[in-house]
Amino acid sequence: MNLEIDIKREKKVSYVHLKGEIDAYTAPALKNKLAPISEESEPFIEVNLKDVEYMDSTGLGVFVGLLKTVRKQGGKLKLTNLSPRLERLFHITGLDSIIEISRKGED
Amino acid sequence: MAFDDDIQMKYKEMLANYIQELTEQALYEGQRFSWKAIEHKIPPEEIINIHLKVLKELFPDIPKKILDSFDFLLEVMVGYGLAYQEHQFLRGRQLELKSEIEIAANVQQALLQTNIPKVEELDIGVISVPAKIMNGDYYQFAEHENTMSVAIADVIGKGIPAALCISMIKYAMDSLLESRQNPSYILENLNRVVEQNIDVNMFITMFFGKYDFRTNKITYASAGHEPGFYYCASEDHFYDLQSKGLVLGVDRQVKYEQYELNLFQNDMIILLSDGVTETRTKEGFIDRAAVTSAIRAHLHLPAQQIVENIYKDFEKMQGFQLRDDFTLIIMKKNV
Repeated sequence: MNLEIDIKREKKVSYVHLKGEIDAYTAPALKNKLAPISEESEPFIEVNLKDVEYMDSTGLGVFVGLLKTVRKQGGKLKLTNLSPRLERLFHITGLDSIIEISRKGED
Repeated sequence: MAFDDDIQMKYKEMLANYIQELTEQALYEGQRFSWKAIEHKIPPEEIINIHLKVLKELFPDIPKKILDSFDFLLEVMVGYGLAYQEHQFLRGRQLELKSEIEIAANVQQALLQTNIPKVEELDIGVISVPAKIMNGDYYQFAEHENTMSVAIADVIGKGIPAALCISMIKYAMDSLLESRQNPSYILENLNRVVEQNIDVNMFITMFFGKYDFRTNKITYASAGHEPGFYYCASEDHFYDLQSKGLVLGVDRQVKYEQYELNLFQNDMIILLSDGVTETRTKEGFIDRAAVTSAIRAHLHLPAQQIVENIYKDFEKMQGFQLRDDFTLIIMKKNV
């Protein structure tokens, strides 16, 4: 299974749209794509997970790493359109207490 | 070697046979021959050389132009021959690496060895099976005077990096356990150790519980670990083991909330790694209810047999191909 990564820039915000599965195989590519935008000063990144059917702990790790960099640079990270399954993953790991997330349908 | 000696004769026989009969069976002989040739490390250009010689013997008046073309083909095949040699070399290297990893896995197993306490009060069953050679799941029991502690942890990812991390956790745990502190203290300390020593993209989830034999009370805390279950025998009902806390290694300042539960006869505490709940069948993922109904199906058995049966059931559901490390612990209150 592949992961399509699409990054659009609108003024100060980087909108990242992901489609596919985020696991041990696709995580390295995702990490590399996100690295440059997270290392800017005060980056604002919004990741749309609407079309992500599956994410494993390696995928969570990518967002943990991303959050650490974004915080260090004084920026903000937001994950949107999480499926109930993904939302549960962020909830169990407690990551929803440090990363701003919203469910599918919410905004 | 015998095969090398009469290889040309054999080839001649097979080729003549094929040209005469043009049957599938005769063609298949060629395929079988190639396996033998590979086994005897005969390079591809050598086969072409033999083909050429045999051709000359079988058809003495073959046009010179066609014979010359074989010199060209030979030249082309030299590259393949080299690739083949490299392949053989890499195969050897791979076998070496595999045996090194196997040794490392044995060392890890010895390092992580934990004795499952034999106590009157609890019937304990444990199974932990890695998806690959090395295990990224970890569990540890420790017995003190009137208490027993149990920890279950899961490192992000699988394989060697995860296994190395687990070793770090094990040593940090060993020194912390001597202090006999409560679960939230242990997790808060571990969190600081992990946060300092781990890659930014990694984290560890852990459940830590402490059982007091005098009060039959289990005190526990969780760092983002897949919730276990509490089976209440008097109600014949499974509850999620409520607990909330951030995974280890992300934020230095985290505090972990502590929870308590009194156990009565035949009550159970079930701990697991996400390799159990992430069991993926052809129809998709199983849900947590599948785990509790599997336990229910084996409820009358001793704890060790329950966990082993569930592992067998779930392994079968996944077509005997574990995608993630699988750890399941059941503690049943005896008296």
